[in-house]
Amino acid sequence: MTQKTKLWSSFKEAVADIPDGSTIAFGGFAMPGTPFNLIKALLEQGAKRLTLVANTTGGAQQPRMPDIGMLVENGQVAKVICAFTAATRPTDVLPFTKYYESGEVDAELVPQGTLAERMRAAGAGIPAFYTPTAVGTELAEGRETRVINGREYLLEYALPLDYAFIRARTADTAGNLRFHRAQRNFNPVMATAARCTIAEIDEPIVPAGSIDADDVHTAGIYVHRLVQVPPAPEGIWPAKRQEKKR
Amino acid sequence: MSGTKGLNRQQMADRVAREFQDGWIVNLGVGIPTMCSNTDIGDRDITYHSENGVIGYGGVAAAGEEDLNLVNAGGQNVTLKPGAAVVHHADSFGVIRGGHIDATVMGAYQVSMTGDFANWKLKGQKGGGIGGAMDLAACARRVFIILEHVTRDGSPRLVTACDLPVTARGVVTLVATNYGLFEPTGTGFRLREIAPGLTVDEIRAVTGGTLTVADGLREIAVGG
Repeated sequence: MTQKTKLWSSFKEAVADIPDGSTIAFGGFAMPGTPFNLIKALLEQGAKRLTLVANTTGGAQQPRMPDIGMLVENGQVAKVICAFTAATRPTDVLPFTKYYESGEVDAELVPQGTLAERMRAAGAGIPAFYTPTAVGTELAEGRETRVINGREYLLEYALPLDYAFIRARTADTAGNLRFHRAQRNFNPVMATAARCTIAEIDEPIVPAGSIDADDVHTAGIYVHRLVQVPPAPEGIWPAKRQEKKR
Repeated sequence: MSGTKGLNRQQMADRVAREFQDGWIVNLGVGIPTMCSNTDIGDRDITYHSENGVIGYGGVAAAGEEDLNLVNAGGQNVTLKPGAAVVHHADSFGVIRGGHIDATVMGAYQVSMTGDFANWKLKGQKGGGIGGAMDLAACARRVFIILEHVTRDGSPRLVTACDLPVTARGVVTLVATNYGLFEPTGTGFRLREIAPGLTVDEIRAVTGGTLTVADGLREIAVGG
């Protein structure tokens, strides 16, 4: 059945049809823009053999929020594509790392700008591109490079997605989105790269036309399902990170 | 923790921040580099860029006044300076790859005399933490590194060649350690300024390659 409205009444319903084996990207950089509620719903929905795309697998900070590590612990993940399989500081341990080290879950480690650009390319019909990033490193070993105007570049391929889970501050019923501050991060590019983008929204969703066309950050054509985040504790909201003593 | 000798973490960051020129766009990495934003830079106009797309952030937000949707690269809740802008991640790395970053400051495990550096993977580790480091290293106009001069067991971190997997090759132009301010020369390191309480001989003993010393070697100004 085709649903005409983009408004979904619950996270559970919005993720119910996600099949095993899907490639799903999660927006977010640290707390801002991370679709915690959709991740939690996916944990309960139980789809397996997933390939997940995100900046990090999460779990290094307190309080711990819904993250890729939890989906891995729940046996739902085959592979992760991300910029961190380990934390920046060697003393921080990601829950994901032990599953990766034991070979239970595969991972593709991608420089953060290359990760973003691979999704931008997928959404913009560019099959591959050359970048100077990672040239001369272990990541470039055995891969195609090309010298252009005297500088060496590495070939990187577009990364298309089945689903993007994103979070925004404001949405209208046409799916047009606005983000608040650093909430934006990967979310707009992931939305363009996905066949189906599901967005969790902070504020009450407004009628189409309420956001001026000039003020839209992500056009509604890229957004297929909207779910309003309920107040805490039912809804999950960014929390203040607990700073560790160093 | 900072070493037992020489500069503390904030003093290392201060020394690097004094290199920033009026009008520069600067990216600060996680850890000690973040502390460059605490340095009093006088009337110089510096725009701090964070890889998550925040251009023009200011200091850390006061307790109780944090916007939980506004963070720097280290995930700290920061403030915005007048004139700030936010772009998405692909555009933020377009800023980086496009050559719009005048300087990036990063931490590292090792820096080589040829300007290679390593900061994403430990020896024998499967995977690692790259984040935005490889993009910044390859594309910022200047790469400055801040690190402790020696490891916990006393081995040099300024080495002839990195034995850890590198982040980029031949890009580092300035290195601040707790012992001094250095430049890779290809055959060693040039000591530009020395930390209070250190001697050239002490530094030479724990630095890879040939240590050359700037004419009229100055002591790094600290405090005040």
